[in-house]
Amino acid sequence: MIRNLLIWAALIVAVTVPLIAAANSPLLAWRDPAYIMAGFAGVLSMGLLLLQPLLAGRDLPGLSPVASRRWHRRVGISLIVAIVVHVSGLWITSPPDVVDALLFVSPTPFSAWGVVAMWTAFPAACLGIFRQRITLRYRLWRLGHTGLATVTIVGCVVHAMLIEGTMEVMTKTALCILVLLASVRTLARLRVWDIRRRS
Amino acid sequence: MTNSRFSRRSAMALGAAMLVTSGSGLVLPARAAELAPTPSMRGGSNNYRPGAAIVDRIGGGGFWMTGTVRRAGDGTPLPGQRIQIWAHTTEGHERDPQSHGATLTDANGEFRLEMPQIVPAFGQPHGHLAYDSGEFETVFLRPIMASSKDKTLAAHFILQPA
Repeated sequence: MIRNLLIWAALIVAVTVPLIAAANSPLLAWRDPAYIMAGFAGVLSMGLLLLQPLLAGRDLPGLSPVASRRWHRRVGISLIVAIVVHVSGLWITSPPDVVDALLFVSPTPFSAWGVVAMWTAFPAACLGIFRQRITLRYRLWRLGHTGLATVTIVGCVVHAMLIEGTMEVMTKTALCILVLLASVRTLARLRVWDIRRRS
Repeated sequence: MTNSRFSRRSAMALGAAMLVTSGSGLVLPARAAELAPTPSMRGGSNNYRPGAAIVDRIGGGGFWMTGTVRRAGDGTPLPGQRIQIWAHTTEGHERDPQSHGATLTDANGEFRLEMPQIVPAFGQPHGHLAYDSGEFETVFLRPIMASSKDKTLAAHFILQPA
């Protein structure tokens, strides 16, 4: 019981502390609401990215497998909404910079990582939502979904680490490491690369 | 040094060759052709507002944008050239009109414009500069600050006659 509480407490800390640290940035004083919203949608996305592999791996105590899956779906949809808010806010702030990023001609190296992460997140979410309707063998479906999600995770981590001015550096680094650890743990434990039929 | 390859004969030949060609324009000073024009940087023209007014200072100041303007080829400093400057600062976003201003180079082809502190925007603390006056090819620069705490940023133009 204590252990379960500690796990949940640690998770809440891991997701909220980066948000609080970002909210204390002095740079916010010189940013418009749309830009601030875009930044926080990005920070929140990193937190949601931590939840996703934990829910997929059914690592969170007190959640039944069905509840885990349901929350994985809800968090995934929230993540897509957060990405859309992120890009929209940036578009309102500076359209040419977003156009450059989407066309992969941006001067900032992190832009391409973010755009690739976005374009893999959308089909990963579609695979999740339409799983019942896609006549794909389960393990093949899983490899597709996790493969796309892995690109999103790596893309988001590199994207975030290269950006200056939105997240506080220590909390950003800690959250990124947690996201990577949680992802590797789940991918390895589920052995997602194993696409043989279950015997 | 009796084996020196540079004999009196070769010295005479070289000297004669120099004399013959010096008036022909075939011999160019080494400095000349090497100074290539500055290419525009990626994203340099983002949020550009053509025709920014020449100002003594953008907003309240406290930060210095500096640089030089020279001619491609011979590197001659270009005085009186109009350089437009804008950035995301403590006083406004890049596309806000008050974030834009222009200045002229002095007799040494140097410019210096005081502006508000640049703050990181779109992931990097950076400024924008433009030469867009017609006499030379248009150039847009987007220099990045080594540290967002810097109080100055430099950018250099080598312009190609239009």
